[in-house]
Parts: sequence; C-alpha cells; structure tokens
Amino acid sequence: MNAVLAIVKRDLLLVMRRKSEVLTALFFFVIVTSLFPLGIGADANLLRKIAPGVIWVAALLSTLLGLQRMFAADYADGTLEQLVLSPNSFASLVFGKILAHWLVCGLPLVLLAPIIGIQFDLDAQSLKVLMAALLLGTPVLSLLGSIGAALTLGVRGGSVLMSLLILPLYIPVLIFGAGAVYASSVGLDITGHFSLLGALFILALAFVPWVSANAVKIAIE
Amino acid sequence: MTAINSSTPQSTVPMLEARAITCVRGERELFSKLDLQVSSGECLHIRGENGVGKTSLLRLLSGLTAPESGDVFWNGESIKNDALDYHSKLLFLGHRDALKEDLSALENLRLYAAIDGVEISEKEAFASLWQFGLKGREDLSVSCLSAGQKKRVLMARMLTRRAQVWILDEPFNALDTQAVHELQDLIVQHLKGNGLAVLTSHQPLALPQLRVLDL
Repeated sequence: MNAVLAIVKRDLLLVMRRKSEVLTALFFFVIVTSLFPLGIGADANLLRKIAPGVIWVAALLSTLLGLQRMFAADYADGTLEQLVLSPNSFASLVFGKILAHWLVCGLPLVLLAPIIGIQFDLDAQSLKVLMAALLLGTPVLSLLGSIGAALTLGVRGGSVLMSLLILPLYIPVLIFGAGAVYASSVGLDITGHFSLLGALFILALAFVPWVSANAVKIAIE
Repeated sequence: MTAINSSTPQSTVPMLEARAITCVRGERELFSKLDLQVSSGECLHIRGENGVGKTSLLRLLSGLTAPESGDVFWNGESIKNDALDYHSKLLFLGHRDALKEDLSALENLRLYAAIDGVEISEKEAFASLWQFGLKGREDLSVSCLSAGQKKRVLMARMLTRRAQVWILDEPFNALDTQAVHELQDLIVQHLKGNGLAVLTSHQPLALPQLRVLDL
C-alpha cells in the first residue's frame, strides 16, 4: 500500500516538475470543445444536442494525449525493471500509475466540464449528469488506455498504434457516457446508463491492472 | 549424516543457484546448460567479451527474463515460485541508472525505499548520501549530476536497501578511483554481512571470496 502511494506521489511530483505536458492535454480539451460553439454559431438547440458527444469525444482524445507518458519514461530509464523487481505485486504498482494518470488527465476534465457545458447552453441538471458520467467514465478511459500504453512500449510510432488499439475500446464508454447526458436533457431515465458505466468501471478495475502489468513485463523481457 | 550436514550452517548452503540454464536472444543461443552457485559471503565476477551474454545472465538470475530451459533457485526454491519473497531480498542494478532526472537524489533514494519496502529515516538517507560524497547535492535534481555522481546515488541506494542478493551490471563504470575503492569496500561489507553478489566488470577486482566465471 505504501509503495502504491509512493508511486502515485512520485508521478504527481514528476508532473509538477514538468507541467507543460499535462497542461497541453487540458488545453487541448478546452480548445476543442470551445471550437464547436464558435464554429456552429448561436444555434442553442443544436449546441445542446451535440454537447454530450462533443465533450465526450474531446475527453477521449485528451486522455489519449497523456497515455503515451504513462510507461514510456519509466521504460526508457530502467525504472520499470526496478518496479517489476520490487517486493510488491507489480499489478498494484501499475494500478498506482493508472491512478496517477487519472488524477492528472481525468479528474481535471470532470472539474472543467461544467464550464465547458455552459458554452453549449446545458441546463444545471444536464451539467450535473455530465460531471457524474465523466467521474465514472474517465477512470475507465485511464484503465483501458494503460493496456495500450503497455502493449506499445518500445514500439516505434507507438503513439499512433496505441490510438488505433485503444479508441475502439473506448466506444462503450462514449456511448453510455454521452447517452446519459442526452437522456437527462430530454427527460429520460438515466439509471441504465450509469449502471452500465459502473459495470464497465468495475470490470476494468478488476482486470486491467493485471493485464497491463503482464504486458509491461513482456515489453521489458 | 548427509541430511544433517545439508541442514546445518546457513553459510555453507548454496543460496543462489542456476541449474542448466540456456539463454537465447533473438535467433542466437548465448550460452547453454550453464550451472552456477553463489553462497552467501561470496562474490561471483562474470567476465567475457562484449555481447557474450553477461547482462542476459544477470537478467536471468534476477528473474527479469525466463531462461529458455533450466531454472534459477534461491535457497533451493525456484525463484518463480515465490517471486515476491526473492525480490524482497534482491537488489538488481542494470546498466541504466533508473533514477528520475527531475527528482533530487534524496527524493530518488526515499522513493526507492518506499517501493522496496525498506524504512529509512530522513537522517539515514542524508547520511548515506553524504557517505558517498554527495553532501550539498542532496536537493539538486539528478539531471544536474554527472554520470559518476549518479552512480554514487546508486551506491547510497545499495547501502540503504539492505538486500541479501546484489546483482550488479558494470557497477564500476564511470566511477573515479576513489569511488571504485568505496564501492569495493561497500561490496566487502556486504559480503561480510552474509550477503552475496554477482557482478560483471571489465576491471580486475580485489575482493575476498571472489570467484570468476568466464563466459
């Protein structure tokens, strides 16, 4: 447990020392989501309708920007070998790295979402649902993304390959996440969407750290 | 009688053992059916030309890679069976320093202590860095240190890790003469404390209980 916390703390500290990489992903999210209202114009009905999809797609893409960093630096300087050889289970350390990635790349999106939502003229209820859906969905994005980051370790042109591997896996999260916001804005029941997002989260939480840990071990062999 | 002998003193029991290991990298077989034994208090110096498989052998012994055939044993138990237990006694230093450039020497040291599950106090961490001539540089980020100074941070880690098995890949690289002596002393202390070491080096070593394996 101590080791997991140490990993989370270390990754956050490294991010603080090199803020630009993280800020790039966040600015990307803000800029992309702001371009739509500017490009489409003041058609409030249309904006409300496309808001969930646009915000979710931007969230997927900005998560993807930070993924490459998850293991690559540790792979290059030999730290991953040390983590594999630590007396703690490697899957738990990988979980720590995923958690750190979410804190840096996922949580800020959840917090920024209401401000972005205002640009799309979303009402208060939809904003709440959007935040809740992102809160449940972005950890799944970090978890699934770690598999791609681990599988493409040491591969040339890995980031493009990783996008191709990971984006299809993000489709269920996109459908239920955006669906929940849309359903709430037209007054439909949203519990189904949230149950499915929750199920995805629990499944990913149970299996992904173990899968990613094994993928990393193969990469450093 | 033999049964009694084999179960008595710890120091005579071979501790790290490789039985008939074969290593294949890519298409090439680097070595085959290699046996070796290192007991506590002993140091094994692996020598050989570049590319002969020294680093590969060290990685096999540490469990980072699995041998093509054969197995590595720690106290008679395959290291695959209880990997975490073996890892808790193992310190492996590869040819990359595994230090975070953006963090200071002190932060790196304390981070590894947390990951390795060793408790070290702030005082111990400072003392170990000072011992290897890093006084005044504890809070400098590692990217500002020279290659030799980074090695010295690793020596501080070797001291604080308190591992029984040291597997070191070219530990003497980039060190000045003074530091070479300090590292040799560190290894001697380690061996006296019932530890064992396996290392590669192109320099002749002056260590007690040294055995040489030519690949």
